[in-house]
Amino acid sequence: MNVLSVEELSVDFHTAEGRSRAVDRVSFAVPENRTVALVGESGSGKTVISQTIMGLLPPVAEISSGKVVLSDPSGEIEPVDIATLDRKGAKMRHLRGNRVAIIFQEPMTSLSPLHTIGDQIGEAAELHRGVGRAEARELTREMLRLVRFPDPQRGLDAYPFELSGGLRQRAMIAMAMICHPALLIADEPTTALDVTIQAEILKLIKDVQSELRMSVLMITHDFGVVANMADEVVVIYHGRIMERGTAEQLFSNPQHDYLKALLNAVPSFDMDRSERLVPIRPITVKAEDLKKSRPDCRVAPGEPLVQVKDVTKRFTLRKGGLLGARTATMTALDQVNLTIRRGECLGVVGESGSGKTTVAKTILRALDINEGEILYNKGEGLSDVSHLRGDALMDYRRRVQLIFQDPFSSLNPRMTVNDILTEPLEIHGIGTAEERAERARSLMSLVGLDARYLRRYPHSFSGGQRQRIGIARALALNPEFILCDEPTSALDVSVQAQILNLLQDLKRDLGLTYLFVSHNLAVVDYIADRIVVMCRGRVVEVGETREVVSNPLHPYTRALLSAVPEPDLNEKLDFAALDAGRASEPGDWPEPFRLGDGTVPHLIEMKPDHFVCAPGLYGRHAQEGTAA
Amino acid sequence: MLSYIIRRILLMIPTMLAISFLIFFIIELPAGDYITNQIAALRASGETASIAKLEFLRAEFALDRPFFERYLIWLGCWPGPNGFDGLIQGNWGWSFEFDRPVSEVVGPTLPLTIVLNFATILFVYIVSFPIGMYSATRQYSWGDYGFTFLGYIGLATPNFLLGLILLYLFNRWFGLSVGGLMAPEYIDQPWSVDKALSVLAHLIVPTIVIGTAGTAAMIRRLRANLLDELHKQYVTTGRAKGLTEGRLLYKYPLRMALNPFIADIGNLIPSLVSGSVIVSVVLNLPTVGPVLLSSLQSQDQFLAGFILLFVAVLTLIGMLVSDLLLAVLDPRIRLGGRATR
Repeated sequence: MNVLSVEELSVDFHTAEGRSRAVDRVSFAVPENRTVALVGESGSGKTVISQTIMGLLPPVAEISSGKVVLSDPSGEIEPVDIATLDRKGAKMRHLRGNRVAIIFQEPMTSLSPLHTIGDQIGEAAELHRGVGRAEARELTREMLRLVRFPDPQRGLDAYPFELSGGLRQRAMIAMAMICHPALLIADEPTTALDVTIQAEILKLIKDVQSELRMSVLMITHDFGVVANMADEVVVIYHGRIMERGTAEQLFSNPQHDYLKALLNAVPSFDMDRSERLVPIRPITVKAEDLKKSRPDCRVAPGEPLVQVKDVTKRFTLRKGGLLGARTATMTALDQVNLTIRRGECLGVVGESGSGKTTVAKTILRALDINEGEILYNKGEGLSDVSHLRGDALMDYRRRVQLIFQDPFSSLNPRMTVNDILTEPLEIHGIGTAEERAERARSLMSLVGLDARYLRRYPHSFSGGQRQRIGIARALALNPEFILCDEPTSALDVSVQAQILNLLQDLKRDLGLTYLFVSHNLAVVDYIADRIVVMCRGRVVEVGETREVVSNPLHPYTRALLSAVPEPDLNEKLDFAALDAGRASEPGDWPEPFRLGDGTVPHLIEMKPDHFVCAPGLYGRHAQEGTAA
Repeated sequence: MLSYIIRRILLMIPTMLAISFLIFFIIELPAGDYITNQIAALRASGETASIAKLEFLRAEFALDRPFFERYLIWLGCWPGPNGFDGLIQGNWGWSFEFDRPVSEVVGPTLPLTIVLNFATILFVYIVSFPIGMYSATRQYSWGDYGFTFLGYIGLATPNFLLGLILLYLFNRWFGLSVGGLMAPEYIDQPWSVDKALSVLAHLIVPTIVIGTAGTAAMIRRLRANLLDELHKQYVTTGRAKGLTEGRLLYKYPLRMALNPFIADIGNLIPSLVSGSVIVSVVLNLPTVGPVLLSSLQSQDQFLAGFILLFVAVLTLIGMLVSDLLLAVLDPRIRLGGRATR
């Protein structure tokens, strides 16, 4: 029996520019107790479909044809065509949150910060199940237990800001589940979460699904999630269905070119070192113009370019008041040691809060460090950069540049692309106006954008194009070393492949050195030569990428790797083996890896050029490694 | 929570001291004082007979002492000609212009000022909230445009003009006496029910006049704040639960949009006192405003200093109230320290 059947659904948007069709004659069905994945890039119309089912379409949207029939297997309601219901009417409200429920992508913003989660979860029960406040509280506690809240009783009165992202998403799931809906729509439920948390949430959705015999419509762009969750897959592109079928059919024998292209664009651990991703829209790099004007980096390839030595960074969490002088500090980096060699790409991976972005910021000198030193080689040997002032600092700024994570907020919306690209040159007083304009044009062609776009503003570009503008800006000053702070995590897989290839080509043609920060292990595996794994402000494992990925020695690295969903039906996640959250608690690691408070995180060379943080072996081992 | 309140109140003491010093410093900035100005005027006209009396007054009020001593004597932390006798001891000073103690000059106007301020704040909030909510939830509707237009008229009309027009209309329609905060026959009479009713009737015009601009500004801000909140994800979450639009609006976005308004209570008070001076003069209201204006003009320093300090106290209390209300309403402020990463 199909819980949801969508037939020939078309949705139009009426905007100032006229009518545009967001969803075009889409048909699919969600059977009882099954999971259907709706896969597509951003702008493909998958969210519009979910809004249609929930009756949450914005006022400018109109269902122009088709049916969306919901039939509840429990028989609580008659089969009903949602497309014909008034979106704000009582009938639709009775379905929303009761028979159909939704989980959103951003657990940080989808809960009200002013109300306890008990209040927000129980509200749905009060609305639809006709229970009083006390009974709703009881039901909420039951739900929190079902979603494995560590302490359901305390969770009832917690505010969202007191909870971690994973717990918030659990609360969202509890809220969606409390009325035992027939259909759950999960709109990118794990995109904003770390891999280990993602695996837990996926497991939770599966568990709850089997317990409540519920159907799930999983909206995602991540084929790893699809392979692990979906029974059936629907691939959507520009509002049209490209291909649909069971997961086995689609992964083993993709028919449509678009699906094949999407699958080719996903990095996976099985890829050969020489293998390249195939983006849907590849860019060719034209670096000749820039190569001419590049000053030679006088550090030989393979020599240390940047060295981070015993760097410690503490943040003050709360400033002491005039009368209440209590301060709390958090150690964001604990005696971190890294070496970045000229011409390599060093990948830094870890969960949120592991200090990976902090490392990048301290190297950039956007943050001052408390202890240790950061050395940079300008061709005259390594020298400390933490005391650079004035012209010396400007020179360092020219050499070291940053590519940001969010291409939407990192470009000033009130500056044209031309202004954005020439501003670094103006700040450093490089060239005449004509030379700067010429430079902006060659930067545009370098990242595969048309020079005619220079007069446009950032809002007229897509996310991938904006990220390319961000890369062009970072390259404006001919830097030697670029810090990439999760440059692809806000992008679709097809665009991600394009950007990753672009970064690789630029590195090859311009002789760049990268520090590549990411929480996505598959991406780091694809682009990085060596890899650094961080946890809670400490470096726990360093080595050649292949070596670390195929032979992880540290328990944290192992947990991280085992939690990555692979886009392959034969390598599904081992949900049973997940030990909830324990892997990222340094105090719980087995000896010799255990790190208590104040333990110096010594790195030990356990295999050639493969260092692991194992303070228990320190001193006993002959070849100890100071700088990896 | 209790320790927070106590700490907050204790913190007000150094703040008050700093404010009092600043006030005294600024008032003393112009050369001379009320009495030296008088002496100079008498000298110029050749009358020397009463100069001796004025010189005596200068010594009596310690105006011949150095600056810091004068400040401390005013506060009551330094022995003046009559021992410790300053603000701390409850002596509010002497008004040279009115030739009476400050307490007698200001005393009767204080309660009326507070009543008028309170009524105006109430008016601003009561009128602007429903309109702001209507405008935000029905953005770009005829009603929204209409209120926006009215709001701009309210912002653009000079207060005193509106005051005169309303006084005229109220006089013609309801026979309300022109000017003042009560009918003439109740002035200097003991309080009675009729007098209180008369005060209430006379409050209407000044409240509307003083409150219009504030109301118009607040409608615009509430509309903008609420529009921001209405598009947040948690509102969609609430809607996805099946909440009715009305309940959704009250429970979630409105609560969030409230914060700036509560934080504003402290700021509203001084602007209402100082902004209503001209209106009070035009409408002949017995509030602190006109007294402050004349005392500043004639360098009647103790009177001016006391009034400014009084407004500062009101502001500090307003800030305290808004801080406490914020802590009650917003758990992020109340429990911010408890949050763990």
